[in-house]
Amino acid sequence: MTLPEPHPHDIGPDPGAPLVDLPGHSSRGRLERVLRRGEFAVTAELNPPDSADPADVYSRAKIFEGWVDGINATDGSGAHCHMSSVAICALLTRVGYSPVLQISCRDYNRIAIQGNVLGAAALEVGNILCLTGDGVQCGDHPEAKPVFDLDSTSLLSIIRRMRDDGTFLSGRKITTPPRVFIGAAENPFAPPYDFRALRLAKKIAAGAQFAQTQYCFDLPRLKSFMTQARDMGIDKTCFILVGVGPLASAKTARWMRANVAGVHIPDEVVARLEGAKDQKAEGKRICIEMIQQLQEVPGVAGVHVMAYRQEHYVSEIVHESGVLKGRAPWRRDFVPKLQAVESLQ
Amino acid sequence: MSAPLTPSAFEPRGKRPPPGRTPRLRLWSVRNAALLERIYNGFERALVGAAPLLKRIGFDRLERPVAAMERTVKGALFDCRMCGECVLTATGMSCPMNCPKALRNGPCGGVRADGHCEVYPAMPCVWVNAYEGSLAMSAGARIAERQPPIDHRLKGGSSWLRIARERAEAP
Repeated sequence: MTLPEPHPHDIGPDPGAPLVDLPGHSSRGRLERVLRRGEFAVTAELNPPDSADPADVYSRAKIFEGWVDGINATDGSGAHCHMSSVAICALLTRVGYSPVLQISCRDYNRIAIQGNVLGAAALEVGNILCLTGDGVQCGDHPEAKPVFDLDSTSLLSIIRRMRDDGTFLSGRKITTPPRVFIGAAENPFAPPYDFRALRLAKKIAAGAQFAQTQYCFDLPRLKSFMTQARDMGIDKTCFILVGVGPLASAKTARWMRANVAGVHIPDEVVARLEGAKDQKAEGKRICIEMIQQLQEVPGVAGVHVMAYRQEHYVSEIVHESGVLKGRAPWRRDFVPKLQAVESLQ
Repeated sequence: MSAPLTPSAFEPRGKRPPPGRTPRLRLWSVRNAALLERIYNGFERALVGAAPLLKRIGFDRLERPVAAMERTVKGALFDCRMCGECVLTATGMSCPMNCPKALRNGPCGGVRADGHCEVYPAMPCVWVNAYEGSLAMSAGARIAERQPPIDHRLKGGSSWLRIARERAEAP
């Protein structure tokens, strides 16, 4: 069986090299290209290693290769220490992956963040997701000072200003502005429910071009959020990627909804897992069905797969859901044939 | 021994929400957001009207007593944290600086299903309150206004005087 080829716009002269600029695009990243072509995008979350070994990053990214359009490197998620998002993204761009840098307002002030944005863009990171961040109380350093100098909305506006106006927040000029595709997070599954679409609209006004949501296990709630979003017209101005993921068991589901901030899992889902012979397989099945149903929801531009500690299932989930419709995201083994460089003599 | 408190992002007065009980008066203020909005609007007009007089007395001389007064009144009504950039009328009369993440543009994604705070489970989310308050207010749509990043230099200062001063010194 031969695999389909990636779209010609998504392939550079060599895997690590920047792609050609496309008109109307704010980044040179592949994620923006896929979304602007109107394709249903798939992104996945990389669980960052507690190690200083780049091989640990590469092995974790390799399992997504050819199945996703972007890889999110989390930034101290759950307020736990891991390898930094900016370093993971920089390692990934060396290979040619399309990483999504996550910046959490919990850990840095405006001076550190703006410096990080420039550094990441210089390292060819094309996507940035702006987050508020979980509180320090849920992590392994609850005694830490929470920074929260900015909130995610003001962070979005600062990065847009850096990119579009070429200035820092202070007004000082940036000689080469960062070329980045800016994203926001949204949680349609947390109160105040009726405020959530308005909050996303606020983030879009601040600069968000794409949004990735919290885990969706409650389709009716998502649909009512999307109805509000469509009424406000924000599905036209922002690509909304809905978060999904496999639950390993009913026990995990119960633990997650009790202990992970912002995760909402309805009782029906827990009961369905409970009643299954193979709970792990059932969790995967629920995830695949959710992806298939999300494809039918107007205004949903893609899915964001967060398969914490089940990352090896991502390729199966994407494949079995048929979400790519025969399309092939970029992969390393597809390298255009290059002519041999003549020797200098 | 009770568990140590998680620090909050914005604590100019070393004040944090009482962990064991829900803040009563602050919630009353949100329930009566419409009334307080009217009072506030009237107060703002008076403040702007008095700006020339305040200028003659001297804004710098007034800073300490007015800030102390503001701290007492708003501290009681809203658990005000004296950020110096008051946005109460755009946040449903629920002070956003009581959010342990100091969010000024809307709730985070961690709000619990019962509408309580992710960080302090006993405290109702200030943004759930803000949204409820805004629905009662005539200018409640101001909750959609984007708030710029806070200026930490203004911490502890009087935002009443700042408003009067801006009007008085405007060309």
